[in-house]
Amino acid sequence: MGAAVFFGCAGIAFGPALALVLLTVAAEPLRVIILVAGAFFWLVSLLLASLIWFISVHLSDQEDARLQFSLLVFGAAVSVLLQELFRFAYFKLLKKADEGLAMISGDGRSPISLKQMAYVSGLSFGLISGVFSVINILADSMGPGIVGIHGDSPYYFITSAFLTMALVFLHTFWGVIFFDACEKRRYWCLGLVVASHLVTSGLTFLNPWYEASLVPIYIIMICMGAWAFFTAGGSFRNVLKCLSCKRQEDSRVMMYSALRVPFED
Amino acid sequence: MITFTNNSDSEEEPCNERTSLMSAESPPVPSYQDGLQASEAGETQSHRKRRTGSSRSPNNTANGSTSGSSVPVRESAVENEEEELTLKYGAKHVIMLFVPVTLCMIVVVATIKSVRFYTEKNGQLIYTPFSEDTPSVGQRLLNSVLNTIVMISVIVVMTVFLVLLYKYRCYKFIHGWLILSSLMLLFLFTYIYLGEVLKTYNVAMDYPTLILIIWNFGAVGMICIHWKGPLQLQQAYLIMISALMALVFIKYLPEWSAWVILGAISIYDLMAVLCPKGPLRMLVETAQERNEPIFPALIYSSAMMWTVGMAKPDTAARGPSQQMWDTAEDGRVNHRSPSHSNSEILETRSPGATHPVTSLEELEEEERGVKLGLGDFIFYSVLVGKAAATASGDWNTTLACFVAILIGLCLTLLLLAVFKKALPALPISITFGLVFYFSTDNLVRPFMDTLASHQLYI
Repeated sequence: MGAAVFFGCAGIAFGPALALVLLTVAAEPLRVIILVAGAFFWLVSLLLASLIWFISVHLSDQEDARLQFSLLVFGAAVSVLLQELFRFAYFKLLKKADEGLAMISGDGRSPISLKQMAYVSGLSFGLISGVFSVINILADSMGPGIVGIHGDSPYYFITSAFLTMALVFLHTFWGVIFFDACEKRRYWCLGLVVASHLVTSGLTFLNPWYEASLVPIYIIMICMGAWAFFTAGGSFRNVLKCLSCKRQEDSRVMMYSALRVPFED
Repeated sequence: MITFTNNSDSEEEPCNERTSLMSAESPPVPSYQDGLQASEAGETQSHRKRRTGSSRSPNNTANGSTSGSSVPVRESAVENEEEELTLKYGAKHVIMLFVPVTLCMIVVVATIKSVRFYTEKNGQLIYTPFSEDTPSVGQRLLNSVLNTIVMISVIVVMTVFLVLLYKYRCYKFIHGWLILSSLMLLFLFTYIYLGEVLKTYNVAMDYPTLILIIWNFGAVGMICIHWKGPLQLQQAYLIMISALMALVFIKYLPEWSAWVILGAISIYDLMAVLCPKGPLRMLVETAQERNEPIFPALIYSSAMMWTVGMAKPDTAARGPSQQMWDTAEDGRVNHRSPSHSNSEILETRSPGATHPVTSLEELEEEERGVKLGLGDFIFYSVLVGKAAATASGDWNTTLACFVAILIGLCLTLLLLAVFKKALPALPISITFGLVFYFSTDNLVRPFMDTLASHQLYI
């Protein structure tokens, strides 16, 4: 307990996300703004979902434990749907911003592509969702206490940390797939993203039975990751090229930049 | 937004002069006007200066249009570049403000969460004379509203006083006032803060060491803030004094009064900056007429000095450097769009090889930055600090307020880029912050707590 658990769980939960932010987002001001704005959208969706849950709880019998639990399930489902709705709203906003940026910029191309925006917005949703889920738990883990003294699982902290990491990655992948699906109007993709979000959230209901919840969630995460990779334009050849660090083509491209701006995605 | 003033007869006097978002101008373009407008006006001016070669007092953009017959023809070409520059620098400016605001909030939240002193109730300031220890809710609400009225009236009176002093050119009085107030902050409040931090961590420190530390901290701070110093050191000191002031407010303002005061201050800020007879607007306009900067000691400036020709990989850095030895007329670098400069880079690349690079490195130019009044920092930090102090140990509320304030700042800067005039920085951020505080504390917190107790994730 104490600092070791705190730092360990914080590292597990947010290490990859922090690395992604530091390496890909922190250097570009526009991406940082998109990150913060995405967090704002997620917060608004959470606010609305909490409002709905709060009203439903106060309108119902507060002594009935089963009813309260089903209201919680209902609240969680509403929250997932609202999150996806606000992801769509953020897509619309970013699309407009993209057009605005393209119009304003000198060469008619916006400084950031829609795919980059999709990635950053997914990451922002994942980060804020993970932070809101786990920060109070982390703060409590710093202090004294015994985990699971009343019969709950003693692995609460570490499983929460792993779930949070999965959630961060999942949101990032969902963001990429979602934006691409909206752009190309593939509504079945959208439906699949929403469905997988609902399934993931539902799997956490199995929670003290971690084999049934963590393992499928990680499987879903890997599948979503692969799908997002191919959606974003990745392929085996790209991976090989990246790994072999070929550089010589680039210099030739630069010399022709007076004729044509090289098209980068 | 409030900055500091001082009256020697009162200890914790809230400050007065409200300034709003400002844009930095380097000294040759002296009018520090609120908002990005001045940076654009300055860029417009400097564009025109470059083309016409004349230097004028850049008052407002209207002046520039009368500068020469050749200007209108070039204006449309200049406009497109300026719009793009606005946006490019818009995003950078937002980040240049996000970082100090975030740092200030982090200092305040870290202190609140660790040092018990700032959350203990130890009396109230004389500016909030009504106590909130009343049994009934209505009475408490009434007392907090009355406290707010007293506080805001004090602030209004002080601001008007300051504007009058400025109008009648009593510069010595103002400078003395500012120096006394920053002395108090840098020495007295730092001493108290250090004492409390040492008490919290049970660290012993002898008086000679303490005197040495406080003396050095305070003296360097006074020099950096009121005279000259490295920009980052000055920024760090301004962030620290804002944090200290915010902590004082968090400690001494009673609960409900603090929230009502935050709301009232943002309304006052809105009126003071936008109404034609608002004190802050008059202050800004007077400063513009006289081509003087407004009290650099009270404004956080994010203006960067960057060495042209330093090893930056992006074309934006190379672009201006190429322009420097292409077209330097008055020695000012004007940041053209990178696409524009791309073609220039290639054309001038071969002759560039013959130019010694070191000559470029010697030339330093100041990039336009944005200025934000310290009062904004203080009130943002008060909001987030209060959220951290009173939201029942919940970090979600603090984070929600933090994101809300950053988004408010972003929106304000966007409006600044659109309207190109002085704008108050408090209203949007504080409104979002207050909405998020109350809704997160009352609605989201029970929801997330219930979910966490079942280890459910949404």
